Amino acid sequence: MDLTLVLAAGIAAGTVLVFAAVGEIFAERAGVLNLGVEGMMLMGAVAGFSTSAATANPWLGVAVAMVAGGLLALLHAVVTIHLRADQVVSGLALTFLGTGLARVLGEGLTNRQVTTLPHLTIPLLAEIPLAGPILFRDQSILTYVGFILVPLAWFWIERTRPGLHLRAIGEYPAAADAQGIGVYRLRYVYVVFGGLLAGLAGAAITLAISPGWFGDQTVNGRGWIAVGLVIFARWNPIRVAIGAYLFGAIFRFIIDVQGVHSIFGIENPFLPGRSATFFLEMLPYLFVVVVVILGRRASARQRIGAPAALGTPYVRGERGV
Amino acid sequence: MSAVAAPALAIEARGIVKSFPGVLANDHVDFDLRRGEVHALLGENGAGKSTLMNILAGLYQPDAGEILIDGAAVTFGSPRDAIAAGLGMVHQHFTLVPSQTVTENVLLGLDRPRFLLHERRSEAEVAALATRFGMRVDPRARIWQLSVGEQQRVEILKMLYRGARILIMDEPTAVLAPQEALELFETLRSMTREGRSVVFISHKLGEVLAIADRVTVMRRGVVTAAGLPTAGATRADLARLMVGRSVLESLDRVAVTPGDVVLAVDGVRATNDRGLPALRDVSLDVRAGEIVGIAAVAGNGQSELAEVITGLRPCSGSVRIAGEAVANESAGTVIARGVAHIPEDRSTVGSAPNLSLTDNLIMKRYRDAPVARGWLMDEATARTIAARLKDAYAISAPSVDTQARLLSGGNLQRLILAREIETKPGLLIAVQPTRGLDVGAIESVHRLLLALRQNGTAILLISEELDEVLALSDRVDVLYEGRVVGTFPAADADVGRIGLLMTGGADEEAAS
Amino acid sequence: MSPVTIRLEPRIATPRWLSAAATVGAVAVALVISGAIIAFVGGDPVRSYLHILNASFGSIGVLSDTLVKATPLILTGLACALAFRMRLWNIGAEGQFLLGAWGASAVVLTGVVPAGAPAIIVLPLMMAAGMLAGAVWGVIPGILRARLGVNEIITTLMLNYVALFWIQFWVFGPWSESGFQQTKAFPREAWMPRLTDLSDVVPAFGGLTVHLGLVLGLVAAGIVWLILERSQWGYEIRLIGDSPRAARYAGIDIARNLIVVFAVSGALAGLAGMSEVSGSVHRLQDRISPGYGFTAIIIAYLAKFHPGRVVVAAILFGALILAGREIQPSGVPAMIQGIILFALIVSDTLVRYRVRVERRAPAAPATPEPAVPA
Repeated sequence: MDLTLVLAAGIAAGTVLVFAAVGEIFAERAGVLNLGVEGMMLMGAVAGFSTSAATANPWLGVAVAMVAGGLLALLHAVVTIHLRADQVVSGLALTFLGTGLARVLGEGLTNRQVTTLPHLTIPLLAEIPLAGPILFRDQSILTYVGFILVPLAWFWIERTRPGLHLRAIGEYPAAADAQGIGVYRLRYVYVVFGGLLAGLAGAAITLAISPGWFGDQTVNGRGWIAVGLVIFARWNPIRVAIGAYLFGAIFRFIIDVQGVHSIFGIENPFLPGRSATFFLEMLPYLFVVVVVILGRRASARQRIGAPAALGTPYVRGERGV
Repeated sequence: MSAVAAPALAIEARGIVKSFPGVLANDHVDFDLRRGEVHALLGENGAGKSTLMNILAGLYQPDAGEILIDGAAVTFGSPRDAIAAGLGMVHQHFTLVPSQTVTENVLLGLDRPRFLLHERRSEAEVAALATRFGMRVDPRARIWQLSVGEQQRVEILKMLYRGARILIMDEPTAVLAPQEALELFETLRSMTREGRSVVFISHKLGEVLAIADRVTVMRRGVVTAAGLPTAGATRADLARLMVGRSVLESLDRVAVTPGDVVLAVDGVRATNDRGLPALRDVSLDVRAGEIVGIAAVAGNGQSELAEVITGLRPCSGSVRIAGEAVANESAGTVIARGVAHIPEDRSTVGSAPNLSLTDNLIMKRYRDAPVARGWLMDEATARTIAARLKDAYAISAPSVDTQARLLSGGNLQRLILAREIETKPGLLIAVQPTRGLDVGAIESVHRLLLALRQNGTAILLISEELDEVLALSDRVDVLYEGRVVGTFPAADADVGRIGLLMTGGADEEAAS
Repeated sequence: MSPVTIRLEPRIATPRWLSAAATVGAVAVALVISGAIIAFVGGDPVRSYLHILNASFGSIGVLSDTLVKATPLILTGLACALAFRMRLWNIGAEGQFLLGAWGASAVVLTGVVPAGAPAIIVLPLMMAAGMLAGAVWGVIPGILRARLGVNEIITTLMLNYVALFWIQFWVFGPWSESGFQQTKAFPREAWMPRLTDLSDVVPAFGGLTVHLGLVLGLVAAGIVWLILERSQWGYEIRLIGDSPRAARYAGIDIARNLIVVFAVSGALAGLAGMSEVSGSVHRLQDRISPGYGFTAIIIAYLAKFHPGRVVVAAILFGALILAGREIQPSGVPAMIQGIILFALIVSDTLVRYRVRVERRAPAAPATPEPAVPA
């Protein structure tokens, strides 16, 4: 097991989570809980894959995938912002819808090979000792997009005027509304943006990181892991990226451990075909539970919690007299 | 100000009509504001004052009518348009983001800075503006760290930063002690001296006469007196215009000899939701048949005091009810000791909005016979009891199956009172019992409280309305920064001294 | 500002018929939309729907099969309805079902019960084990929520995945039958009695595999109804669900209820798992659940958390699962479920609010035009 390769692959796997989680951060900071990430990712995955299969153009696939995610998110936005439905139920419905729809649309795609996105090595940066080969050598182009997205997202939220407005509509929309900020409009924008990124995350799976369409198994809970990561990261893009790459490494490690014949001289119990391998498979999901607990306790301690208005539809008080 | 034949009108509104489902809030209302004046908008709760001002501030669009600002007709599609026209409103419930700083709140919604937040420069600007109008505010403080009075200053700053020439304030003194109110009035006067104009909404007659140049009175959506000069008007005149009859409440207070101590609070300390100390060593007691009123400005620990006593907040120190220690016991235990609680928040704490009247009325008795039968509940009995209470307390609703959220504020409060009083409590904690109610409902609440007192219940009354506290209580304890700083018999109480203590004057006294 | 404003006003009172009509309408609309999508991908929606009807209600035999599929749905649906009534989002019914199936199987496959013990001993033991296992799986997220305030949606979901791998470990490993993806078949004493077992006495029952689990489901529905609508505990659940702050004010112990309700909910789902392995499949398999725990969520929502309606919805969705297996493309039943849930949400809003469309003359700041009242 070459550690460098494992970690590099971990970064790649983490990129998927980064896209989904950063998108969710934007939506939740705006005050809207979007639990449909899993469904949006699956839709993005199938949309991107099938588009590339049909047109041999993976970039077009990425674009279509993002649009698919955005459309689903738009549906969620209409239902929760204008129709004021419960955000939890709508998100779950979105997951069911996205999952089912993706299964239907992905019929027959299982063994297709499609053109995937290119890999790049960044010349100077790849030479940096230790970190260089892990971060900058032979990574998918989307991985580099992820590297840029995270600091940009942080900067937007914390250091710009639009970011101030974003934070306000998630904390206390009445205040933003009173200052003439379009709460509804902005919430739509950020929820759809989250959907675009979720779609991108799905396309990242099928067109870059783990190319291929595997039906339901394609996303396999990673949308939910992204939602859990957001809680762990306390709605901060930098922390979420750290968590995402860590998880990517865990995922990668699990796969690679199954390929090794002996660990420290002992026969590997986790070889594929051995039943003990299932305990390895459990690990990521158990880790999410641990991570969410940790995030919750940190929140409680620092008294920084979720955006205060998260999950509550904004209704301008109608009966002021 | 230029000398013109007729005083220039800053605002002129004509024929404003606005309705909401089930109510006509503004019925062809005319209103005008002269430049450089302080104009009061008076009326009881539900009269339509806030609606009218919300229309002027751009939050609502009128169904009909027109508005002229400085002589030019305008239509405001949003608060932004109003602010652009120089009109800013400070609401009763502040629209401040608690977790953000003063400066961030002042900047919220502005078009500048264009993209990057220049924090330090903006903080300096905010500080300079505050000083110019004599307000003390730390631009880097977070809103949740500020007192209510300071938060109000931030709201005013927001408007001034945007160049507001007309300031509308909705019930500004509801959250201030008498001294702070005087400071506010000084600030308002300094603004009018500069040529700005102020409208403030109030339902307090004395205040209106003290500070306003002219007053417009509204009742049930209609203007009953437009632009009446306050010089020469009396409280009785205004009261009559407000409610259509000469009402100044007359309460039948019967002398009652207080019995044993029912509630004994000793050396209690507690923190608020933010982890800051809210109660710093409170001691008081309440006897059977007496009403003890807490006089305090919002945010000095009175909410936490009520929660500590009713088992909704942990504390250190001793809380005894009829001799039994109840500090840090659960709410269920406290209820079992015969304590009733009228909570501050009647719509989400005092009642369950989507449950029926019946379900809400049996909330304190569903575990006891006759409603309870074994582990089940007797629905027929519950409905019978509910029907009886509905009649006895005049709760106006289509039936006992109606959902609680459909009740008006007054009826909801009647429901809560019915439920709490029926438990025949030895101790009643009443927090803001008449907030937002119309005069009729207020009267009935007061009568019920006095009747309970006569029956021997001990009552702790917590209210922002100092008048109410003085009118109902036998004794008044003043709470300031989590301590009881003074206690007075209510009859012939020195309002000035109480007001001084409410705002920390005791410290100044001790120092001198 | 757009010239047309759509506003929502809360309805004062909702007539009963409107609520029912909206539910039916939502399902109808969902079926139409699903049909369009099926057509879009090259299927034949009308034939598909007719096939579903025929394959699930067309004869006594298939009706029996439908009821067999509905049985676990009734129990998991009740599990979700009970929890959701308290606004406790138990998304883990799937995992609790699996654990229940595992627990019941463990009784048989680990020799806890001596071979040859009669059904009257084995079956109750299996039921108890299934309910216990499900309850434990439900209590874990319950405790995390009650003690640490951890969001139960994430924890229950993650435990679903863990449960799946747990089952796979046992089925592929210690309990595997000669390397296949299933355990060996249960002995006859571990089978829940079926109608077809009585075919000597009543020949018409021959071939009908409806089993005792259905009775368990109906009894459970009755008990859950009694609890929710007529008991003190149910009052507490309903109050917590409507306003946790009011419940606390009324002296109700919310943390205890979180744990207890999660335990009962898990137990019901666990019982569903037991019922499935004992009454229908007679062994533990890798794919023992075609998503019963997730369909249960939609059933609970469709039934507006009312136990009686859960039974009805469970039968309908049982039909969908049974017949849907043969429809191409294969994701159709899941897609229909998702669309139904969305349609229900939208119809729910239309029931709670009245939609008002106001036409307003476009406003220009210089020349005021009074707005036309709606």
